[in-house]
Amino acid sequence: MRKDYNLEKRKFVIGGFIVLVVAIYLFRLVELQLSDNKYKESADSNAFVNKTIYPSRGLIYDRNGKLLVYNQPAYDLVMIHKDVQPFDTADFCNTLQIPRADFEKRLAEITDRNKNRNYSPYIEQIVIQHLSAQDYGRIQEKLYRFPGFYIVKKIVREYNYAAAANVLGDIREVNAKDIENDKYYNPGDYTGDLGVEKSYEKFLRGKKGREILIRDAVGKIKGKYKDGADDVTAEAGNDLKLSIDIDLQEYGERLMQNKIGAVVAIDPSTGEVLALVSSPGYDPALLVGKERGKNYAKLVNNKYKPLFDRSIMAAYPPGSTFKPTQGLIFRQEGIVDLTTAFPCHRGYINAGLRVGCHGHGSPIALKPALQTSCNAYFCWGFKRMVDMKSKYGSVPKAFEVWKNHMVSQGYGYKLGIDLPGESRGFIPNTKYYNKMLGEGKWTAQSVISIAIGQGEILATPLQIANLCATIANRGYYYAPHVVKSIMGVGILKRFKEKHHTTIDSRYYDDIAEGMRMAVLGGTCRTANLPGWEVCGKTGTAQNPHGRDHSVFMGFAPMNNPKIAVCAFVENAGFGATYGVPIGSLMMEKYLNGKVTRTALESRMVNSNTIAYSGVKKH
Amino acid sequence: MELRSTNESNNTLLRSIDWLTVILYLIMVVAGAVSIYAASYDYDGASMFAFSEFSGKQFLWIGLSFVIGFSLLLIDRRVYEAYAYPIYGVMVLLLAATIVVAPNIKGSHSWLVLGPVSLQPAEFAKFATSLALAKLFSTYNFSLKERRNFLRAVAIIVVPILLIILQNETGSALVYMSFILVLYREGMSGFVLYAGLCMIVYFVVALKFSATLTMGISTGAFIVFVIIMVLILAMLFIYCRSFILGRNVSLGYMGAALLVVGLHFLGVDINGYVFFFTVIGASLIYLLIGMFHDDLKKVLITVIFAVASIVFLFTVNFAFSKLQPHQQMRIKVTLGIEQDLRGAGYNVNQSKIAIGSGGLWGKGFLNGTQTKLKYVPEQHTDFIYCTIGEEEGFWGSAGVLLLFLILILRIITIAERQHTAFGRVYAYCVASIFIFHLCINVGMVLGLCPVIGIPLPFFSYGGSSLWGFTFLLFILLRIDAARKDYGAW
Repeated sequence: MRKDYNLEKRKFVIGGFIVLVVAIYLFRLVELQLSDNKYKESADSNAFVNKTIYPSRGLIYDRNGKLLVYNQPAYDLVMIHKDVQPFDTADFCNTLQIPRADFEKRLAEITDRNKNRNYSPYIEQIVIQHLSAQDYGRIQEKLYRFPGFYIVKKIVREYNYAAAANVLGDIREVNAKDIENDKYYNPGDYTGDLGVEKSYEKFLRGKKGREILIRDAVGKIKGKYKDGADDVTAEAGNDLKLSIDIDLQEYGERLMQNKIGAVVAIDPSTGEVLALVSSPGYDPALLVGKERGKNYAKLVNNKYKPLFDRSIMAAYPPGSTFKPTQGLIFRQEGIVDLTTAFPCHRGYINAGLRVGCHGHGSPIALKPALQTSCNAYFCWGFKRMVDMKSKYGSVPKAFEVWKNHMVSQGYGYKLGIDLPGESRGFIPNTKYYNKMLGEGKWTAQSVISIAIGQGEILATPLQIANLCATIANRGYYYAPHVVKSIMGVGILKRFKEKHHTTIDSRYYDDIAEGMRMAVLGGTCRTANLPGWEVCGKTGTAQNPHGRDHSVFMGFAPMNNPKIAVCAFVENAGFGATYGVPIGSLMMEKYLNGKVTRTALESRMVNSNTIAYSGVKKH
Repeated sequence: MELRSTNESNNTLLRSIDWLTVILYLIMVVAGAVSIYAASYDYDGASMFAFSEFSGKQFLWIGLSFVIGFSLLLIDRRVYEAYAYPIYGVMVLLLAATIVVAPNIKGSHSWLVLGPVSLQPAEFAKFATSLALAKLFSTYNFSLKERRNFLRAVAIIVVPILLIILQNETGSALVYMSFILVLYREGMSGFVLYAGLCMIVYFVVALKFSATLTMGISTGAFIVFVIIMVLILAMLFIYCRSFILGRNVSLGYMGAALLVVGLHFLGVDINGYVFFFTVIGASLIYLLIGMFHDDLKKVLITVIFAVASIVFLFTVNFAFSKLQPHQQMRIKVTLGIEQDLRGAGYNVNQSKIAIGSGGLWGKGFLNGTQTKLKYVPEQHTDFIYCTIGEEEGFWGSAGVLLLFLILILRIITIAERQHTAFGRVYAYCVASIFIFHLCINVGMVLGLCPVIGIPLPFFSYGGSSLWGFTFLLFILLRIDAARKDYGAW
């Protein structure tokens, strides 16, 4: 047998070929198994079904432990598109009693990424929200016939009182942006939308649980992965105890019906908000369940803007309620003492400018000026301070000192209430007037109306109530807040900090006394409440929207105060006509637990000022 | 006298048998049965040896295959040579009979049902065909260069191919293509392999990169043109050993490339077809003139190769459009042009996920989710490699590849140490069949080859294929064990 050695070399070609192929396959194995985690994830997404277990959302109580908001189960029909297999559409639609065309349209909507940015065949998509009890029962029985469709139990909020919607807020389904910003959320989850539901979302929502199930290729669930060793139980959200007194809140809303405006009541000793009324309000139950979208649109389109929380979002000219701040600044800066008197001949008349006033004695000192709400006194005082070059050097420098005192009293910046959307109001500074009137071209005279809370000055009802609390406390305030305690957590740190004003506490007594005089024998005599030393200040705020706003701020008792109130009624005329009675009734209700001035009460409840409102914008 | 001689021969047999191959065989069949247990394991957890399980049955097939292997070793090697043609003849008849007799199982007529057992004659035809080929090549003064002999060899290969295609088992039929390696080893021109390889490369590249444009022509065509130019140069240098022609042509190509890049920066873009036809055409004309100073025949072959390559390139798309839609789909999915995870790509995608999710050390025996939960179809037969990849990870799957590599290289070594053409050719037949099965089966599971349903030897579930490979291997071992008797015979 002859052996061809030339041909024997070909064993290297054949052997080399298989070595090469094995080498290529080894590289491929490295690529598949060692280079990335993608296949591991795919395998897990095949085999494991992560079932989310929703925690129950925190409940909300009022300050006296009355339950305001609680949870009710609701059932959503969802699908995981990847797992959906051909099914009997007719049977499905009959069971749920929906027209087939609607169902097909809904499916098309879900899978259209233009309309549903969160679409993924691997993630639960809501097909029908809030099944009725009957539908739930029927579909639950037949669900095994429709692989890929599941029932998810969700919660909806239920309300015991048709009040405090602006404080409580509501929950809504998360949108694409929420999901982007917070990994906690999946499509179909709920999140707080307004009120404390939004600001305390992270406490209320709790922690989601997870159950890992094993699923085979045909979609059959084979059991729990590792017998549930890796499962996570859901943690219920923290309950909230509001500082709101729901009875007082309801009462405030009743007094304010058919009026536009706000009522804020604060416990000065803690900064806790006792009532936060915005009128017109709405029933929080409107924003729950299937009808939410429709009702929400109605509220948005309502010309009185019920969703706009006037108590914290609306910035109004504070009018004469501003005057105590001026008295405090004048005393602190040594511009006036208690005997300093300014002339008032039915107003401040200077260099061709007249700021009108009403009849009272002249010249007039600080306390009587507060009692009678004299415009001239505060204009003269303001003029003396801002134009005092000998002390401050220049008008702008004097004005900055004035502005800083104002800011320290809680004006011009947000107070930091634990609700979304608070307005900061407005206190002008030197830069603002330099820009508006020209540098060096303005004096106290040019901006004199701000001395009486008009002109550029804007404040929210909350800021006015807070100012009142500051006076009640004689020089400090706690940032107002509506949550008294997060159960299991306590109160947020920032609400335990005392904010002192730049005014010495001793000057406050005179102001409180002036306000006491206003109640006893001045502008707000209606506020007098036998048994309590009530202090008050009216305001009649001129505004570009029509009739003057009727404003009142007051606190009681004069020493160791329990409540500070601001009532702000848009376009209702003199402070004394609506502001004072409403604020006073709120005090009576809170301090006495009941109201005996029933005639006054029914006059307020039955009056209507909405007709006078120049509803345009705020 | 007779008795003593037999005893002696048995002693020699034990000593001269190739134990490395036997050990590799034992490791693989046992590992195979364990993998089958893992692949078909359900959470209900039946015993590995229960006959109701695939693994239990596989252990039975393994036991029987030991009996078969041992029996094969007891038969005198001369029997295999002497009865090679009759065995082949019987197998061909059996294949033909199967077409008629076999029941229709998923469109294929390849199973002979004998009571409780089903057998696939195509698996046994492999060793029969190998024996017949070996027998043919061992005839006195045989040379493949004679056309008559070549045609005989081709006929021996083609007959079972046709019969198996008629059974609708295209995958098994393709296995017989691997005998081209045997023909190559025994003297067939290497040009056939070279041309075949080029065709595959052109085809894959042209289709894979057909979606984008370069120089105004499809990127696939562009790359193929570049490959053709490189191959022309390689052939001039290595095959023709003509350094002057090679140097001149490469200078010409480089000049042309620089020119086209320069013009591109000047804002003039030349159409790819114009460029390549001009440059390659010019170089070929130059070669036709230059070849008279050189090895005329080899340069001419180079020119013909280049022209044929270009012609082939243009027929690729045409040929592709002639394929069945599902075949087109399979090819496109394999090349990564199309993603069809629900249809043709489902198996491969799931098997890639299974293997890829194994990582370095795997998920552990019986812990593979892809295979346990039946995401990979055919996981205990054709896709058994997935289970190994998922549960034993990189080390397990690389280890299996290396076991096969050692086995195949060992068979090639055995082949080359045979003193007879019969032994050598038979051994190469065995090597070629293992090479083909390994390349296609693992390539398919890894998503590198189209899905062709053939088993992974010794690992895939099934008595027929296990016994078929046992026949192949133990006949080889018997022939090899007797190689020293050659002088005495």
